[in-house]
Amino acid sequence: MARVLVGVKRVIDYAVKVRVKPDKTGVVTDGVKHSMNPFDEIAVEEAVKMKEKKLASEVIAVSVGPTQSQEIIRTALAMGADRGIHVEVSGKDYDLLQPIHVSKILSKLALDEKADLVILGKQAIDDDSNQTAQMTAAMLDWPQGTFCNKVEKGDAGLTIVREIDGGLETIKTKLPAVLSADLRLNTPRYATLPNIMKAKKKPLKKIAPKDLGVDTAARIEIVSVVDPPVRQAGAVVPDVDALVAKLKEGGHV
Amino acid sequence: MFCNTVRRNVSRANILHRCKSTLVIAEHNNEALNPITLNTMAAAKKIGGDVTVLVAGTKCGPASETVAKVEGVAKVLVAENAAFKGFTPESLTPLVLAAQNQFKFTHILAGATAFGKNLLPRLAAKLDVSPISEIIDVKSEDTFVRTIYAGNAILTLRSKDPVKVITVRGTNFAPVAASGGSAKTENAPSGDFANSLSEFVSQELTKSDRPELTSAKVIVSGGRGLKSGDNFKLLYDLADKFGAAVGASRAAVDAGYVPNDLQIGQTGKIVAPELYIAVGISGAIQHLAGMKDSKTIVAINKDPEAPIFQVADVGLVADLFKAVPELTQKL
Repeated sequence: MARVLVGVKRVIDYAVKVRVKPDKTGVVTDGVKHSMNPFDEIAVEEAVKMKEKKLASEVIAVSVGPTQSQEIIRTALAMGADRGIHVEVSGKDYDLLQPIHVSKILSKLALDEKADLVILGKQAIDDDSNQTAQMTAAMLDWPQGTFCNKVEKGDAGLTIVREIDGGLETIKTKLPAVLSADLRLNTPRYATLPNIMKAKKKPLKKIAPKDLGVDTAARIEIVSVVDPPVRQAGAVVPDVDALVAKLKEGGHV
Repeated sequence: MFCNTVRRNVSRANILHRCKSTLVIAEHNNEALNPITLNTMAAAKKIGGDVTVLVAGTKCGPASETVAKVEGVAKVLVAENAAFKGFTPESLTPLVLAAQNQFKFTHILAGATAFGKNLLPRLAAKLDVSPISEIIDVKSEDTFVRTIYAGNAILTLRSKDPVKVITVRGTNFAPVAASGGSAKTENAPSGDFANSLSEFVSQELTKSDRPELTSAKVIVSGGRGLKSGDNFKLLYDLADKFGAAVGASRAAVDAGYVPNDLQIGQTGKIVAPELYIAVGISGAIQHLAGMKDSKTIVAINKDPEAPIFQVADVGLVADLFKAVPELTQKL
């Protein structure tokens, strides 16, 4: 029976059109709708499914971030996680927090909590790094199953189908292991109202990176954050003939 | 040589400044070099300094011969070993670390593909440095440009780490010439790279005669509007007229119309062809992230309010089931 650690990140909701701050230091986050990173919902769903199949004994949801990250942990608890750990990092420290810091925190927690499996999303939709699972695996010296499309537990370990550039790939890993969820691993459930109420009573521990002995000193300096170049507005053509003419004009046919 | 001479007179920081050396990790499939390696070398060239290319696999002959002829490559390191079956990061990471210990590269690069994204963060963690994902430009040896928030903001960052571990977005760097070079080839550091943690089992690759999506000049892409996998035939027929690759939105992949490796977008492939024809695709933020650097974008959609028309150079508001066959026939 495995204990599963799931990482969840609070990010600007995927449907929001972000706005860059005029001072070029970042994007506007105040007053903007936030939610759980979509890939992390898939990670939580996979962990909860493992518990339902009696493959996992306990699911622990972890989030690193400001106070509001606790709302995201509560969402994971409402989906079926058993308890939460909030590693508080806020302000300037959080602006410069990188996957290397988060993976150090997660790997320390994986050992402290005696986890057999760490499941994360393949990337956060804000920084689009796609690094944390790989780095957590490296720090633990555990195998990594990234971009998971399917995970099955066997006697000796895991059989994982991964999404790769040309199609799919199957690998086997030993346990303990670190996984990262791709979009097609599963369809996350909605938390029901009774489960949301129950989640409020589940334990949620708050700690700081220094409690884990993790140094969060900045590894990067933000030079600027700016808007991408705007495309020139195009023309709407009335029919296929006009479209063919435009393609000819552009030298495409 | 030059570095050794000046080492006595100048501080160590200056030495590092002057002696940039980049390791590019080649991507190949034991049969041929993946072209993104040439785009990655273009980023290495922009950083400056010597470029060494590492070719690791169970059969390195074809890729290392190709790499040795590439313009601007100083040295090719070859590591042929049964341990690298399936290119598992658990076996490749110790190899790259051994090469790093011997040669002390200042930059380690790979293409931002499934291979590069899987391997480089593991390597960076072992080096205790913060990796930099999917750069779109090089400002200087420590300052790089990348996109965040699905391409809706552009971040320029300065790395404070001693070694820069970087994946490169291929579409933003024109490939270096595949000829004109004559690099020397030598064996990579040897060691026991057998990996007991993970094992490659098999691959199911999508078979296609069409050009590879990320390097295609023309892409015809379909979304939910196609309504079924069978209807994608309309797009294949149109694509044949251009010798184009066929792509898809997440909606089309999720609905099972086409396999996942055709997905274009924030979490799929990033493409920037000469011509991108979006058919029955609304143009969600996540899809635009993967194609909005295309030179010319054509949209065919029956909804005049679809966001895709805000980025399209040429838009046609029409029923795709009528317009696409007509277009195919008239080309």
